Amino acid sequence: MRVFILLFLLISSNFIISQNCNNTITGKVLDLHDNTILVDARIVVLEINKQLLTNESGGFTISGLCNQTYTIEISHAFCLPKTYKIELISSIEKVFLLEHHLEELNEIILEGKTNNDSETSLENKITKEELEKSSSKSLGDVLNSISGISSLNTGNTIVKPVINGLHSSRVVILNDGIRLEDQDWGAEHAPNLDINAIDNITVIKGASALQYSGNAIGGIVITETAKAPVKDSIYGKTIVTAASNGRGGTTTTQLTKTYKSGWYGNIQGTIKRFGDFNAPDYNLSNTGVYERSLSVRGGINRFRSGLEASYSLYKMETGILRASHLGGAQDQIRAINNLEPLFVDDFTYNINSPKQDVEHHILKLKGFKKFEKLGKLDFKYSFQQNNRLEFDVRRGDDRDKPSLDLKLNTHTLLLDLDSKLSETANLKLGLTGQYQTNFADPSTGVRRLIPDYSEYNTGLYAILEKQINNQFIFELGARLDYTYLDALKFYRTSFWEDRGYDSTFQDIVVEEFGNQILVNPKLNFYNPSATAGISYNFKEDFKLLFNYSLASRAPNPSELFSEGLHHSASRIELGGLEFKSETAHKFSFTLQHDSDRIRFTINPYINLISDFIVIEPIEVQQTIRGNFQVWEYRQTNARLMGVDIDGEIKLNDYFKYNHQFSIIKGKDITKKDALINIPAASTRNAIAYTNKKLNNLNLRLQSEYVFRQNEFPDNNFEVFVPETETLEIVDVSTPPDAYHLLGFNSSIDYKLSKKSILTIGFGVSNIFNTNYRNYLNRLRYYANDLGRDYSINLKINY
Amino acid sequence: MKNFKLITLALITLLFTNACSNDDDATPPPVNEEEIITTITVTLTPNGGGTAITLKTQDLDGDGPNLPVTTVSGDLAANTTYNGRIELLNETEDPAEDITEEVEEESNEHQFFYTVSSSLNLTTAYTNFDDNGNPLGTAFTITSGAASTGVLTFTLRHEPIKPNTGLSDAGGETDIETSFNVTIQ
Repeated sequence: MRVFILLFLLISSNFIISQNCNNTITGKVLDLHDNTILVDARIVVLEINKQLLTNESGGFTISGLCNQTYTIEISHAFCLPKTYKIELISSIEKVFLLEHHLEELNEIILEGKTNNDSETSLENKITKEELEKSSSKSLGDVLNSISGISSLNTGNTIVKPVINGLHSSRVVILNDGIRLEDQDWGAEHAPNLDINAIDNITVIKGASALQYSGNAIGGIVITETAKAPVKDSIYGKTIVTAASNGRGGTTTTQLTKTYKSGWYGNIQGTIKRFGDFNAPDYNLSNTGVYERSLSVRGGINRFRSGLEASYSLYKMETGILRASHLGGAQDQIRAINNLEPLFVDDFTYNINSPKQDVEHHILKLKGFKKFEKLGKLDFKYSFQQNNRLEFDVRRGDDRDKPSLDLKLNTHTLLLDLDSKLSETANLKLGLTGQYQTNFADPSTGVRRLIPDYSEYNTGLYAILEKQINNQFIFELGARLDYTYLDALKFYRTSFWEDRGYDSTFQDIVVEEFGNQILVNPKLNFYNPSATAGISYNFKEDFKLLFNYSLASRAPNPSELFSEGLHHSASRIELGGLEFKSETAHKFSFTLQHDSDRIRFTINPYINLISDFIVIEPIEVQQTIRGNFQVWEYRQTNARLMGVDIDGEIKLNDYFKYNHQFSIIKGKDITKKDALINIPAASTRNAIAYTNKKLNNLNLRLQSEYVFRQNEFPDNNFEVFVPETETLEIVDVSTPPDAYHLLGFNSSIDYKLSKKSILTIGFGVSNIFNTNYRNYLNRLRYYANDLGRDYSINLKINY
Repeated sequence: MKNFKLITLALITLLFTNACSNDDDATPPPVNEEEIITTITVTLTPNGGGTAITLKTQDLDGDGPNLPVTTVSGDLAANTTYNGRIELLNETEDPAEDITEEVEEESNEHQFFYTVSSSLNLTTAYTNFDDNGNPLGTAFTITSGAASTGVLTFTLRHEPIKPNTGLSDAGGETDIETSFNVTIQ
């Protein structure tokens, strides 16, 4: 108040002195976080009691100002008002930054974000609401709802996202700005991430977001946590989900405390517990899951700088279908030929071998500082520890010992600078450094699947975005990564010699131990990547995007060092020490239309990959345990092309129709044959009813049709069966039939008090209890997929 | 901002000290497979005495590329009953570990199956059983018939469904599957 009086005195005194009053302030109001234009921000000049609103480009002009100090108050619907004192001696131009805030806790606004990860390639989003509805699902399940994304499953709890036909090391998952390092090379290693800890997900199908990675040949999944508002508040939410299939559920809760000073703290935890799931006609024995996660973060968020420290723990124990645990080819024939799994027991919550027990810790520190001229400087450091235990059905003293015990430690350091070169040009520069060690515990009594190694990685990138006019945006980026891998690997002497490594790699031998040989490969990889794209707006609500991206990926430890029986796949897998990086050229086009009534995107693409690392069968090997198919990694040239279509039509104020269609063709160009594990074409159609007046009632009926994959390589092989004295074909190739699933979802809101809302949801999936198998489920040989599932979901915001 | 710089510095230092301390050249120990069965020896002793016949399969590199080596010490006599014993070894360890003991201790979770090709004139019978009275089969008898040749296959299943009617409904995981060309004279 004193300030006001002072000001008032000041103003009155100023009025006495007559002056030149031809000055003009030309201003622009932007959101401090991402430079979004703030339209209709209220500008008040206290001294002359003048009020006006910013125009459509966030600008305003006040003329007739004298040479004096003015107090300008700027406010906007979702911002804390801010007061500026400006001493005028001539006309000035100035940008005013406001911090755009979340107004109501229950209405978190996401659409304000225009700072895209890539301006010229299609970004698919999963909102907070969708995540909340899927509280008991995995990341892979949630991503599955985006066209062009499918999943590679091992049962129904181990779900890996497949983006435009590519997965594992080719899909990068960014967990709140840091690449998740959770041994993603394994087909049966699901991302170690609790979706309840994140606020929204963005997916870029391709490698065009170079600021994150240059080797995302498949794509990037970006998860973000919610920003804490700068005001005094405490809020939280709890979601409880219960489901009939698996007779379990999830409880997740989080609490956030914020202060006007910018300090904030947040704690979040989830427990998820399911017993055996069931197919329509039988129990899927040993498929339960027990998942826990905890995260704590705190920091300070100021207008021009911020700092946050956080820690998170994710723990998941999941059983693997007992009937899928088998020996060689003869066991495979029995399992494949039997319509029902050979091992079906009563329902239980117990999780026995075979199972996985994974723990992931992340310790993170991040900060930013905005410099007037330079731009925004971001700093991130994280330490991740991933400890993976895999238990097989074992004998004797080894019964309770894991067969695999890997500890992966990763330190990551990121430095990013985002600077505005001009009103229309933006430059992003960055530097990354990573140091990773893998330790394979020898006390398992099983030869190391992945050897002990240290890996050093450094990267450097630059991305330029230039808005040419209102219609065109141009984007250009380049990145270079260098990787140095230093491994200590034991080979079987018989394999070492069989492969001819004893002559080609003689110089890396360290020591020989009986029938094993220790070698020390030191590998260097230089991986350049680049992107170029253009975005063109036309007829107001149409947009055309074109993006080319060059990505290159160094082979992962599994591709380099595998040599031996992969138990969960019943096959022997062999890698290659001589592998070089694979290089992808992806061309992606998008036509986007966004009007009140109709929205659609059509996204055709082609991805040409040279030295693509594929694994395929080469022979059948006889061992004392019977016959096993041998699969060997090989480098070839591949071509993936397809189209993803998304559409939405508003039928009237209440009804909405959604459509999705994806098709992809994968071909090994060198071999002139189809690629294995390419998702089948699929289409989803949904009709949704929403009535905001009726307690925000939502009803949605969805149909999903998955075609049969007709293009697949024939990897079947023959094996002699002593009981019948015949040669029988082991059919590991033929994809399952097409299927159709129907699902229903609903939700309704109740206001409990001024600040708390209860949302009740009810859903049924696989309504007709259809028996089906999915081509991309690794357990499809042994059992049907999930049967009908009823679920309820209670969410309370407070 | 000073704090910020300090923290950054501290972290970078931490990162590099950590990086260096781990970078030693101590070689990791090799892992000898504890569970692997490299060798199966079937000893067939004629009931009334005489020279025992051994059938042996040895696969020292496990799932490595070398083929298992199978030997049969001699032919079976016609119309004779033999007492059979199966011995399992892990010869990747020194001294070799006797796996038979483990299998017999966990008799409820193991079972041997004998598959006789149709041309071979021979029958088999279990002589040892698990705690529940279901067959285990590390001990058995073979009764030969008239002179003939054919294939005799031994299969060891881990965690089969017991009781069962044979390999087709036993389920479980195959730990051993090895075939011998047998002649009855």
